[in-house]
Amino acid sequence: MMSFPENWSIDIAESIDQAIRTLGIRYEAIFDGIKAFVSFFLNSVEGFLFFLPWWVLLLMVLVGGYFATKRVLSALMFTVMIFVIGLFGYWNLMIYTLAIVFVSVLFSLFIGLPYGILMAENPRLARYSTSVLDAMQTMPSWVYLIPAVSFFGLGRMPAVMATMIYALPPVIRLTSHAISNVDSETLEAARAFGSTKIQALFQVKIPQAAGTIMAGINQTTMMAVAMVVTCSMIGAKGLGSEVLIAINRLEVGRGFEAGISIVFIAIVMDRLSQGVARSMDRKAKA
Amino acid sequence: MAVKISVQHVSKIFGSKPLKILQDLTAHFDKSLVMKETQHVVGVHDATFEVNEGEIFVIIGLSGSGKSTLIRCLNLLHRPTGGEILIDGQNICDFSPKKLRELRRHQIAMVFQNFALLSHKSVLENVSYGLTIRGEVKAASQFKARQMLLMVGLDGYENEPISALSGGMKQRVGLARALANDPEILLMDEAFSALDPIVRREMQFELLKLQQQLRKTIVFITHDIQEAFKIGDRVAIMKDSKIVQIGSPEEILTKPADEYVERFITGVDRTQILTVRSIMVVPSCLIQMRSGPNMAIQEMKRNGVSSAFVIDHDLKLSGLVTLQDALKAIAEKLSLAEIINREVIQVEPSTTVSDLVPLAAQSAYPIAVTEEGRLLGIVTKVAILSTLG
Ligand SMILES: Nc1ncnc2c1ncn2[C@@H]1O[C@H](COP(=O)(O)OP(=O)(O)O)[C@@H](O)[C@H]1O
Ligand SMILES: [Mg+2]
Repeated sequence: MMSFPENWSIDIAESIDQAIRTLGIRYEAIFDGIKAFVSFFLNSVEGFLFFLPWWVLLLMVLVGGYFATKRVLSALMFTVMIFVIGLFGYWNLMIYTLAIVFVSVLFSLFIGLPYGILMAENPRLARYSTSVLDAMQTMPSWVYLIPAVSFFGLGRMPAVMATMIYALPPVIRLTSHAISNVDSETLEAARAFGSTKIQALFQVKIPQAAGTIMAGINQTTMMAVAMVVTCSMIGAKGLGSEVLIAINRLEVGRGFEAGISIVFIAIVMDRLSQGVARSMDRKAKA
Repeated sequence: MAVKISVQHVSKIFGSKPLKILQDLTAHFDKSLVMKETQHVVGVHDATFEVNEGEIFVIIGLSGSGKSTLIRCLNLLHRPTGGEILIDGQNICDFSPKKLRELRRHQIAMVFQNFALLSHKSVLENVSYGLTIRGEVKAASQFKARQMLLMVGLDGYENEPISALSGGMKQRVGLARALANDPEILLMDEAFSALDPIVRREMQFELLKLQQQLRKTIVFITHDIQEAFKIGDRVAIMKDSKIVQIGSPEEILTKPADEYVERFITGVDRTQILTVRSIMVVPSCLIQMRSGPNMAIQEMKRNGVSSAFVIDHDLKLSGLVTLQDALKAIAEKLSLAEIINREVIQVEPSTTVSDLVPLAAQSAYPIAVTEEGRLLGIVTKVAILSTLG
């Protein structure tokens, strides 16, 4: 009487597997198309990053860091961080990781920015979307690996899909929030002078919202960096997989090196994108 | 004078079923009761007025009385729930979106309380915004924008960011932006209310100066009665979403429609608004030029005065005669024409009382009010004193 009756059971796992298999077969062409498309981007970005001499990348961090923070010391520190990753012997792994982050963020923005704008313009869409976004943000990150693996197998490509979806909510939320909170009198001014909807959107709303939108882009980027590490679980090679190996083999030193490298990347990407956000915000709020 | 804007029974109700609420509304509705029972806000109810070409029409009322709602109906930022708005005789509520856009781009511009400038653009880009979006070429719109900046006294600030400007300068940009479109109608919603008093007075002066050259049709909103009376040719007073009185400042001061208006106008410096016309009286004693000094003396004695104005046959003012001079004339056998004081102080009927006060202080006699030389009336010192009180 104390334990749950054993013969009471439902088995939906089998039917879900069946459904996904059927979907995968029926829409094989579409999945293959997506796969090819994403892989193409991934390879191009990775190819480009490998094509750059290492010191050019460091130079870019230095210059970018200076423009983002306006402080030489910070810029130098960022450069040293990336340099240290190289010294750890993780340069190539870092490039793999960066490529996945860049491509995922790119797709997130490609979907998230227009969606956020649509949400701001359409209250009904906003109501429905908000609950979905809430649900997305409460789910643990590795949950996103499941559908990615089901549809696209193992490797970098499903990693991009999972990362892209996981990192999507902040950019959507903040874009929508920023656009719907543009000063109402300023919008009235745009209308009163006879702007079309498109003119009001591109000449007033988006520029006025730019600072907050950039903050959303920054958050999305940071979530992508975090997710890429998780994605090593499905075989995406990069700094994350190094941590995973270290954990499995209890190699503390190796784990530390890889872990520090990830932290460095996170810091540099955070500061660079924050700098851009701040400068755009200054311009918009000025 | 041609009517530029004609507002006919315009109402604006905010809420989910505005039309139904409007139908059920009686003339003496209670705004807060409507709010409580139906969750609808009556923004404006049954507003009717006309604005003439080249006129400054001021709408005044306490905060929440519906001024902003009403002015936003004039360019359809708010679409009226009922009523018509005619501009140059055309009902703009029937306009297609495209035609409405053209109206806003060419005929009607707006200046906002909190400036509503585009903070991501420079001063020049802000001023040329209206021109840019209606598709004018960059060079032409920038040229025009520079002219406007010169006109509002901001030349040299073209490339400044908006954040570098003071409040008064920001509103000058707002004004320049509105004028750049060369609109016939200018809507100004509490345009000077966010400015501190000194800057505000400067801007009022500036507006009146610009208006002298430009002769736009201006609808100006304020909650400050001094401002309303200073710049308004006519003033509409709003209370609880309704217009309670429309008239010239002088009409409102002399004949307030109800207690509410009366309370509104207490504290107003009446001498700035009241003109001689409303305080002059018909002189009790007038002397014809052709009558002699003897008759003048008799006339003055009968009315119990010691001086009187002398007029000629077509009522033109000739001068002033005193009892003393008249007696002297009889003694020295002079005619009336030889003894009258021809240098009497004359003012026009539109002179304000405040301009009259220093003149009255210099003169020992009542002041003559004339129009093209014809005597219309006189102003006694007692009348002036009573307006000051
Ligand atoms: N968009 C809106 N939705 C609902 N109520 C509004 C809206 N705009 C104004 N109101 C209400 O209409 C009334 C008149 O407001 P408003 O025209 O702004 O007054 P004023 O400009 O005279 O201060 C107020 O009670 C205000 O709360
Ligand atoms: Mg208002």
